[in-house]
Amino acid sequence: MALTRDEVIRISKLARIALTEEEIDRFQVEMSRILDYVDQLNELDTTNIAPTAQVTGLENRLRPDVVDDEFTREEMLASAIDTAEGHVVVKSVFNKAS
Amino acid sequence: MLKELRAKLDNKEISAVQLTQHYLDAIKIKNPALNAYVNVTSDYALAAAAAADEVIAAGKQTMLTGIPYAVKDIYCVQGIESTGASNILKGYKPPYTATVIKRLPGAVLLGKTNSDEFAMGASTENSCFGPTLNPYDPTRVAGGSSGGSAAAVAADLAVFSFGSDTGGSVRQPASFCGIVGLRPTYGRISRYGVMPMASSMDTVGPFAKTVEDLALLLEQVAGFDPKDGVTSQQPVEQYSATVNQPVEKLRIGIVKEYFELEGLDPAIRQLTERVINQLATLGAEIVPLSLPHTKYAVPAYYVIVPSEVSSNLARFDGIRYGYRAPETADLLDVYTRSREQGFGDEAKRRIMIGTYALSAGYYDAYYAKAMKVRTLIRQDFVAAFKQVDVLLAPPCPGIAFKLGEKSDPIQMYLEDVFAAPASLAGLPGLVVPAGQVNQLPVGVQIMGPQLSEALILRVGRMIEGLPGQ
Repeated sequence: MALTRDEVIRISKLARIALTEEEIDRFQVEMSRILDYVDQLNELDTTNIAPTAQVTGLENRLRPDVVDDEFTREEMLASAIDTAEGHVVVKSVFNKAS
Repeated sequence: MLKELRAKLDNKEISAVQLTQHYLDAIKIKNPALNAYVNVTSDYALAAAAAADEVIAAGKQTMLTGIPYAVKDIYCVQGIESTGASNILKGYKPPYTATVIKRLPGAVLLGKTNSDEFAMGASTENSCFGPTLNPYDPTRVAGGSSGGSAAAVAADLAVFSFGSDTGGSVRQPASFCGIVGLRPTYGRISRYGVMPMASSMDTVGPFAKTVEDLALLLEQVAGFDPKDGVTSQQPVEQYSATVNQPVEKLRIGIVKEYFELEGLDPAIRQLTERVINQLATLGAEIVPLSLPHTKYAVPAYYVIVPSEVSSNLARFDGIRYGYRAPETADLLDVYTRSREQGFGDEAKRRIMIGTYALSAGYYDAYYAKAMKVRTLIRQDFVAAFKQVDVLLAPPCPGIAFKLGEKSDPIQMYLEDVFAAPASLAGLPGLVVPAGQVNQLPVGVQIMGPQLSEALILRVGRMIEGLPGQ
């Protein structure tokens, strides 16, 4: 098995996905099989091969940094789940000092 | 088909409203069984059709004025629910519209079609709306991830449609549903407003009944868009002006590794060989060649794609849009619970594989390695296209499979074996019907160098015209 149970838990924390105990067991098996499968890439010697990050050959394409008014604040906030006074509301990050 | 409908609309044999109503009626009858559409926008469509009739009455129509079509649910349309077939975006009404849709002025949007969740799958079974069924056999899948768009055209529930193709998601459903579908060159059509899956390979492309229709659609939507930074500034060709010209002295490459692949249905190999032989009798030169790194395309693809997925899907945090889990303790809890409840299994698998492949200590072993293998696969194609004009191959290893047949993730990934190589290299691929196996349609795939759409469409038109097609 390429992954331990603890590793699956660690990855799920990094990925910000809560998992049930059943999911941890299942993903351990499935992800291990996928990683074993992609391991065949190691059959290839890639010394001195440059990585391909993109296939267009384009180089840094820049545009003027100009604010456009395509969207209003109200239109953008309309999709947000909780808003107040023109802002997005989020849960507190730190616990209040008790 | 587009040209015939254009003539009927222009001659007032039928109005755009009548045509739209005809399709809406057909959807009402056939869609409950097929599940091709997940959202039928009847009022919006009829209003657009009425506007199209006014444009036609004023004599100001263009190619697509009044023509009904559909888009995959990963396309954003302002004010219309666009979910990516994911529970995490149920109810989301985007504030903007995808560039492709803006470039179809006058065309009548009938609705949004089914997809695997955020285009992650090869069967449309990974959808929060349930699977789309194959119009030829309701016990089988329509393919994926653009299964709804393909089934809608095949079942005459839209004149044309748009899907997306990252690793075969236009090509395989086109084959399964017996229609034509084009994955364009990476960067040929803007993806602005289409939900991203793997940004270094994502493309959007059309489905239709004829190759000529694809040519007409491509010239409408292709071209530079400042809102998609990878779109090409090369001029868009008038594909429809050349599509009917047969290619003289065509050199067709036959990839040894594709035909030797274990898992390729022998009947599909025979059908592909028959098309090749027919083209040879028309004067094409057949050149056997090798793409030695073919075997590594799917493994490289399934490292690079999840890596990009883990980044692209990080935006779903339960805060700015989409689903938020109820009853959470703190901000971290909002993230982890919303993503747990909102994403389906394949999304979770890919996010976690990608997170792992990009994490400290594993980056070089997985992601950097796959990016280097990607270079080798690109080099294979560069060498091949020095010898030949196009490559001919099956689009996928088999016919449409049964619902639930490929429950194992790796089995599903192997559907992409003939599609992933061109995706990794950013090449275009066109699928045209080639015949039937067990009463189910099978297509053939034509691949060409980057920006060779005019050529592969001409070859596709030649195949469409072969006897027995």
